Amino acid sequence: MEIAVVGLSHKTAPVEIREKVAFAPDILHEVAKSVRGLDHVREAVILSTCNRVEVYAAVRSREEGIEALIGYIAEYHEIPIEELRPHIYVFIGVDAVKHVFRVASSLDSMVVGEPQILGQVKDAYEKAQQGSATAHVLNRFMHKAFSTAKRVRTETRIAQSAVSVSFAAVELARKIFGELTGRTVMVIGAGEMCELAATHLVENGISNVMVTNRTYARAEKLAEQYGGKAVHFDAFTKHLDEVDIIISSTGAPGHVLHAADVQTAMKQRRQKPMFLIDIAVPRDIDPAINNLDNVYLYDVDDLQGIVEVNKKERAKEAEKAEEIVRQEVDSFLKWLKMLDVTPTIRQLREQFDEIRRAELDKTLKVMGDNLTKKELKSLESMTQAIVNKILHQPTICLKALADESDADLSLDSVRRVFGLPEADVIDEEE
Amino acid sequence: MDLWLLRIAIIVYLIATASQLAFLVTLKAEVRKFASWVTWGAFALHTVLLLTRLFAGGYAPMATLHEAYSFFGWCTLGLYLVLLLRYSIPSLGAFATPLALILLLGAAVTPSDIIELPPALQSGWLPIHVGLLFIGNAAFGIAAVSGIMYLIQERQLKKKKLGMLFHRLPNIEVLDEIGYRCLTIGFPFLTLGIITGAAWAQEAWGTYWSWDPKETWSLITWFIYAALLHGRMTVGWRGRKAALWAIGGFACVLFTFLGVNYVLPLILPNVQSLHIYG
Repeated sequence: MEIAVVGLSHKTAPVEIREKVAFAPDILHEVAKSVRGLDHVREAVILSTCNRVEVYAAVRSREEGIEALIGYIAEYHEIPIEELRPHIYVFIGVDAVKHVFRVASSLDSMVVGEPQILGQVKDAYEKAQQGSATAHVLNRFMHKAFSTAKRVRTETRIAQSAVSVSFAAVELARKIFGELTGRTVMVIGAGEMCELAATHLVENGISNVMVTNRTYARAEKLAEQYGGKAVHFDAFTKHLDEVDIIISSTGAPGHVLHAADVQTAMKQRRQKPMFLIDIAVPRDIDPAINNLDNVYLYDVDDLQGIVEVNKKERAKEAEKAEEIVRQEVDSFLKWLKMLDVTPTIRQLREQFDEIRRAELDKTLKVMGDNLTKKELKSLESMTQAIVNKILHQPTICLKALADESDADLSLDSVRRVFGLPEADVIDEEE
Repeated sequence: MDLWLLRIAIIVYLIATASQLAFLVTLKAEVRKFASWVTWGAFALHTVLLLTRLFAGGYAPMATLHEAYSFFGWCTLGLYLVLLLRYSIPSLGAFATPLALILLLGAAVTPSDIIELPPALQSGWLPIHVGLLFIGNAAFGIAAVSGIMYLIQERQLKKKKLGMLFHRLPNIEVLDEIGYRCLTIGFPFLTLGIITGAAWAQEAWGTYWSWDPKETWSLITWFIYAALLHGRMTVGWRGRKAALWAIGGFACVLFTFLGVNYVLPLILPNVQSLHIYG
């Protein structure tokens, strides 16, 4: 039994291909079920996000299994297989395990450390379970992927610091205000960065949004988007005392917010801290404002500087994370390898015990009546000891076999020598 | 017996402080758990130590400098633990436990004999007066500690240099809130401590107030905290300014506690404080 991964991602396929290959979330369990039904495939999980489509499978034979999976994807989406093939990557064995653990730990993401992917992988697994497409190999495998991701999350700081300007703004706001619920943000001007930062703040609990713009209609439109209120541009400084966070990005050539305005506002709001983010170039907010007590002013370079530092930090943490993944891959593969030999060991033991019991019964039929209880007992334990002694060396040898590359061959010989029936690994529960 | 307890207590305090600092560096959940247990253990052990002295001496163990240090440290650690129930600030321990440790070390280097209580101190006022003051002092101590944390964090935010402490320290708002909360705890205790002191002085010496250096300095301390409280409540002082005042106020507390006895005699050899250690 081997783990195989067939898929494509933002690294190998443009969005035009990815959107064609994506599976709708509400039919994922059906898809997983039919993938499991393919020849050579024993278990399957389908992950389909906007950045990647991947099939995780437990296959009985490498080549046939992989071809079946690629064929299925092409056929399902009615894409010629030749068109699909250049974008597809295939991992098998160690590489497959490592790949999935890295994906779940967000080491393979476009933004390394982004937190959504683990949830998406968990969803994919749940869907596969709904379609009863997983059994004990992938069950164990997926749980191991989750626990690896959790280790990475708790033992490294990979996801802790913001690596985009708008997230850096949220992070700073958190260190100034703590919880953002109940705080008010004012957006001055418009622009993509501005909107992005405002959106992140709202997602992180900011409840009140005020928008001001030279064109009042635009302010109204943006305010509606956030369920906030629009403020006239020539009067926005009157509202400063209600505002905790300001995001400014106008096209104005000079400052639109002056130190005196903020100073007055700070007095009115009894020195409650204020956080100003100036994304405009040339700058909208007088830099001298940062010198006021309890006022924190960041311009776009300041935020960029923080992002750069965080990125370096994240790269360092990613190295630690890779080490954790390596450890977990090793431990999973050890289990997977033992999976091949344990049924043989068990069957061998069962067979020997059967022989022992049968022979013992025969003997007892002849002389059993003359024996005392104690004698019966020692006969029982003697035969058991013989079986154990005989099986001792083969058991050790078989366990060692798990580490060898041609284990299948040797295993086959052993089974033939002892006349063990063909075993289906799937039916062997842990 | 209590000397041994003291030595063990110091070791446990050291381990608590070290593990709190280790948590600050590593941010490991197991380290935090360990540090928390050891800190509670240190407090429990210290409580036993105080009780042992209470029964051995037959008086509230607050009469000598040694006992004052020890009680002060115990109050500080206790207040920190109480605050933890309300505020979830994992890094506070790394700053609060060193203060408690220093106070306990103060106890370790001062003569620890159990004394024959002089008649002037054989009064029910002793535990009330001293107890109130040191609970207040502990609150001011924690306020100063959170003030230091505030200044570190605020400086990083202002200078836009986010060092390794940036992620480890909490937001400045909650640090300011702790400073305020401790001030509102400490001030009534200080006020009552001074009033009970005056009442006791009237009973023992026949005068409420004798402008003794200790009394003068406690009044100065009171005025500093009164000004800070007033500033915070009505003027809108907060943040950096309030943090600096809290630190300055605590310096004054320490001078009243120790400086009056140790430093002042060097400068003004003729002025002697009537009061014991404090």
